[in-house]
Amino acid sequence: MAHDSGGKSFDLKAMLRDERFWKIAFQVITLLVVFLLLSFFLGNLNRNLIQMGRAFGFSFLLNPAGFSIGESLIQYRPNDPYWRALMVGLGNTLTLVAAGIFLTTLLGTAAGVASFSKNWLVHRLSRIYVGLVRNVPLLLQLFFWYFAIFGALPSPDEQIGVLGLGFLNNRGVYIPWASSAVLAVLGIAATIGAAIAAFYLWQWRTKIRIETGAGGQAQAIAVAVLGLVWLAIIVFGMNWTVPEGVEGGGVTGGLRLSREYVAALTSLVFYTSAFVAEIVRAGIQSVSKGQWEAARSLGLHAGIVMRLVVFPQALRVIIPPMNSEYMNLTKNTSLAFAIAFPEMYSVATTTYNQTGRPVEVFVVLMATYLILCLLITLVMNQFNRAVQFKER
Amino acid sequence: MTTVTPDSFSSARPDAVTLGPIAWAKKNLFSDWFNSLLTVVIVGIFSWGAVRLVSWALTTAQWQVIPNNFGLFMTGTYPSQLYPRIWALLAIVCGLAGLSWGVLGRNVSTLFSRSVLIGLGLVCAFIVLFPPTRPSSLKLLPIVALVAIAAAAGRQMGRKYPSTGKWLSLGWFLSYFAALWLIGGGLGLTPVSTNDWGGLVLTLFTAVTGIALCFPLGLLLALGRRSALPVVRWLSTAYIELVRGVPLVALLFMGQVMIPLFLPVGARPDRILRAIIALALFSAAYLAENVRAGLQAVPRGQNEAAMSLGLNTPTTLGLIVLPQALKIAIPAIVGQFISLFQDTTLLSIVGLAELLGIGKSILANPSYLGRYAEVYLFLAVIYWLFCYAMSLASRRIEEKLNTTH
Repeated sequence: MAHDSGGKSFDLKAMLRDERFWKIAFQVITLLVVFLLLSFFLGNLNRNLIQMGRAFGFSFLLNPAGFSIGESLIQYRPNDPYWRALMVGLGNTLTLVAAGIFLTTLLGTAAGVASFSKNWLVHRLSRIYVGLVRNVPLLLQLFFWYFAIFGALPSPDEQIGVLGLGFLNNRGVYIPWASSAVLAVLGIAATIGAAIAAFYLWQWRTKIRIETGAGGQAQAIAVAVLGLVWLAIIVFGMNWTVPEGVEGGGVTGGLRLSREYVAALTSLVFYTSAFVAEIVRAGIQSVSKGQWEAARSLGLHAGIVMRLVVFPQALRVIIPPMNSEYMNLTKNTSLAFAIAFPEMYSVATTTYNQTGRPVEVFVVLMATYLILCLLITLVMNQFNRAVQFKER
Repeated sequence: MTTVTPDSFSSARPDAVTLGPIAWAKKNLFSDWFNSLLTVVIVGIFSWGAVRLVSWALTTAQWQVIPNNFGLFMTGTYPSQLYPRIWALLAIVCGLAGLSWGVLGRNVSTLFSRSVLIGLGLVCAFIVLFPPTRPSSLKLLPIVALVAIAAAAGRQMGRKYPSTGKWLSLGWFLSYFAALWLIGGGLGLTPVSTNDWGGLVLTLFTAVTGIALCFPLGLLLALGRRSALPVVRWLSTAYIELVRGVPLVALLFMGQVMIPLFLPVGARPDRILRAIIALALFSAAYLAENVRAGLQAVPRGQNEAAMSLGLNTPTTLGLIVLPQALKIAIPAIVGQFISLFQDTTLLSIVGLAELLGIGKSILANPSYLGRYAEVYLFLAVIYWLFCYAMSLASRRIEEKLNTTH
């Protein structure tokens, strides 16, 4: 270290007593240790890779993958390059994450609110659900759903019809769907767009009603028209195809959700919802009792109190931990690999098995999941800002 | 915002008027048309489900798969002539548990209260009446007796010598190495290759080792992230955020492949060790965040007061800040331990025969084809019992340490 170059005024004892010296020295030592460890590990890695005859690099992603993938959102053939195979995996992960987050939010919030129900049965049910599901490992639940529930469904020649709209058999679940992928995407986009527009219209209506005392009928009509347009698009514009049973077993038309996908989605939703329910419950509990009482004494109905007074305040407590539950759900989709659902992790493992490049594949995996988690955090932070206290 | 828990509401209220069953049902189940509808629908669905489940469990289900493979579930492919060693381990752990129970309960008026006696009686009855695993399960009776005797002894010792608690901690610490010795052999015992470790024993072993490793690491990372020294803070933050961004299964799988690559040519640690390292490194990052939350909840004044009394940084942390922070963080920390315990199931993905892994290999046996529901339900009960016990213990510790007025 540079300190031992000793000038005239240098006093070793004073320096050793000086806290500032130790602060700097401690950091330098930490850096040195980390640096030494890293160079030891990376040096070994380099030597090991050289011994195996492989240089670090990502050019292998351009080579043909050579394996087929059971289900994919985008066009994929076995002689497509590895990066395309990984994109297929990412697509499958994203469908799982999107559907998972949506359903988890619904079920988790419902279960959390249900624990405050006046109905003893509903309250008990919510508590039992949380106590059971949280204490059993997700992977076990995944196997249970995949093998014991969906695997026990009858084979295609004895499949179960559901209200004439869908079918269940041990190959998967068949639901009505738009006749083409483009239409389906447009339909989903229209739904999201309509929901956002309706939300802002309704806020505008509330604002006008508060500020000017006007009835806000124009806005209410606008929302109604928006809803009707949306309904028309969904009902008539999507060119729905309903799955139909084929003589001798099997289904044509509609959308087939594979047994792997359905099992993974179900177990993820049930497992994560139990945690979300606890978060929602804690959030609602954190709203002080006075808020309930004040709202009730203003003559508001219990349902309205929850919706307009308690829940918006609870959201401040709920949103931050929800973020980490969504991230957990995203990361846990990788378990679907254990039942051979071709999601990101599963494709990456196959890629590693074929190319023998653990380091590169791991970097790709890590980057993908990090970016996904960052995106979720970004969205949730926006949302969090919207529900926080508006202070001066 | 003031936080009000339901408990504090109820304590402020007068005692509820006791209702007759009909009035109770009217109030809690049929208060208005919506609640009545809910009640009817739920009762309908659940009685239908319960009937289906019971009829399945009594007729269609073939529970033989559980007793026939009980040894496998508990110990994996561990050589059966060495089972006495596992029994000895069980006896040591149960004896220590009994002693600890006695020492912790030394100030309770009656250790064997009615509910405890009923519990013990139920356990004994279950052991005697649960036919599938006899006769080996009868060996559990002396172990239950051992727990009871140890508890009584621990109570006497705890009253006479207040320092027994410290010796018990040492005993628990040493029992870990005894376990390692009894399971793995060596030093005069027949060695057992780690390939033969399995079942519940392996699950518990990895969970305990993982917890023991991840706790100090998580603590250091949390302190590092809160440190005033920028280098330490950046390094800790980078580690925590990177690890939290990756799924555990990726870390485990790549840990199996990459840990050998990071070590000198030819060095290959045992695969159980590699899995435990990956598990501990992963959990430490989450644990660090839980401890950090606890650290943040300790008022700044505590730190300043300690400093102004002349304590240096390590003593301030060790004696003032950390005890308070850990107390606050106990529920979250135990929650993390529970998820570490659950995460040991992922070891089955990298080919270790822990509880879930052994379940999978039993199901792969043609004579038990399709017995998924039976095996997975059985495993779920085991996992549930352990996780529930852990959360119960956490609640107990929380109550014991709760010093707020």
